[in-house]
Amino acid sequence: MSRGRTWFEALAGATLDGEPASVLCADGTVGDERTRFLTVVPNAEAKFTRARGGELGLEEGWTLARHVREAVAVDDDGDRRALVAVVDVPGQPYGHREELLGLHLALAAAVDAYATARLAGHPVVALAVGQAISGAFLAHGMQANRILALEDPGVTVQVMSKRSTARVTRRSVDELDKIAEEVPATAYDVASFARLGALHRLIEGVDAAEPDAEHVETVRDALAEAITSARHDDSTDLSGRLASPEARRHRSASLRVRERLAEEWTG
Amino acid sequence: MTVSVRPKTRFTELSARERAAALLDSGTFRELIGPFERLESPHLEPQGVVPACDDGVVVARGDIGDQRAVVLAIEGLFQGGGIGEVSGAKIAGALELALRDAERGHPVRPVLLLETGGIRLQEANLGLLAIAEIHAAIVALRSHVPVVGVVAGMVGCFGGMAIAAGLCSHLVMTREGRLGLNGPQVIEQEAGVAELDSEDRRLVWETIGGDQRVATGMADALVEDDVAAIAGAVRIAFETAVPAEHRSAQVGFYEARLAGIDASEPLDGPALRTLWRDEGVGR
Repeated sequence: MSRGRTWFEALAGATLDGEPASVLCADGTVGDERTRFLTVVPNAEAKFTRARGGELGLEEGWTLARHVREAVAVDDDGDRRALVAVVDVPGQPYGHREELLGLHLALAAAVDAYATARLAGHPVVALAVGQAISGAFLAHGMQANRILALEDPGVTVQVMSKRSTARVTRRSVDELDKIAEEVPATAYDVASFARLGALHRLIEGVDAAEPDAEHVETVRDALAEAITSARHDDSTDLSGRLASPEARRHRSASLRVRERLAEEWTG
Repeated sequence: MTVSVRPKTRFTELSARERAAALLDSGTFRELIGPFERLESPHLEPQGVVPACDDGVVVARGDIGDQRAVVLAIEGLFQGGGIGEVSGAKIAGALELALRDAERGHPVRPVLLLETGGIRLQEANLGLLAIAEIHAAIVALRSHVPVVGVVAGMVGCFGGMAIAAGLCSHLVMTREGRLGLNGPQVIEQEAGVAELDSEDRRLVWETIGGDQRVATGMADALVEDDVAAIAGAVRIAFETAVPAEHRSAQVGFYEARLAGIDASEPLDGPALRTLWRDEGVGR
């Protein structure tokens, strides 16, 4: 069973199949909060064959967008439920048909939906329990108000799989590992990603692959805190990611550019 | 700094700085964080890559059609237009300031000149974070003012920045321009030459080229590779109202399109044009 499905079922208390079967969506609760859980899982029968291994492809992008937008529309009365994106995505599919049919737009649809939900006032929390790779993570997770991750060797955040990066950059995996020691942004482990300051919290002491009841409770508590924190935050943008002490240190150029732009903006 | 552009020039022959100047009303170009400030990427030199003094992105203020504007031009000749920490922050930061102005009732017309392979691999997750911030800013900004993207060529627009293109209110492309999530060479490498022969130019352009994207409704205007033509298309885009429903929000429409695809049958660019035209689901 994929980590995405494991955590989805543990948190949402649901074992349903989605339509398409690669996108799971169910409403449940976190503490007192009504919460919609979403995740992407492998689907051996997927219509588009290149997205059968849990990749975020055409159907997955548009389906996530549908489920998120439905919550935004239904909650228009003001009581906006939380959205939890359980992230376990190996990347996007590589295929001719995918590009022809607008894979970039399918991923944009998911980005758009999550960002729209956040701006409308839904607390959006991403929970990385496995791989969080590239366009798939941009589409499912990166637009959240708060990002949580399990500290586990199987939780990785990167822009391309290590195998592919090695081929594209014509370096060996060993060489990539060496570079990653010097440049945390190129590392795969979630602790290195945490140094960039975008994580709300790195959750320790939880078995990400086979959690027991206590682990699930630990994660539930962390989700509840993240949702509350998002609810009490006046801003619905992503500026918090640059306000952390880690970001001040490891994204100092991002901050300096913004300062200069603000100084020079009106001329 | 003064940047002058000859009339009747191929847009794709221009540098990013010249492209930005060409889109702004004559004499209004003003660059922010210009090359003399030398705000370079701090991450490249340690990896044996010579940095650029503008990190490959030009932020230009000025007017478009007598309205305040900001043009964000990516230089495709520097590291394939890859988005790193500094270049990404220039784009995100400028869009965030445009949003602040729009919220105060002073809209600024934002234009993205997209020539990029996506995230710069040497800066990896820093590029990923920057692109997520670019996405967030586009979605917030475009409810106030149309966000206009231009994919002119010759690099094309790929990766996380292709997602950004998908979020734009209005996309202008030339026949030379290409727009797709994964570049043809990456697809060939990852999925094999039988999936996509990246050297088959006709196949590539029939799949992700500007003509195909406009014909299937995934971009809005097909223009000649000419400075005046592209500047004109950008002005027209700003005279059009913000779309009631942006392309990336048309969930039912695109789900219906995908539902109509028989995945067991071969499909190519010309066949898709016919199919979507016959279904009457073109924009």
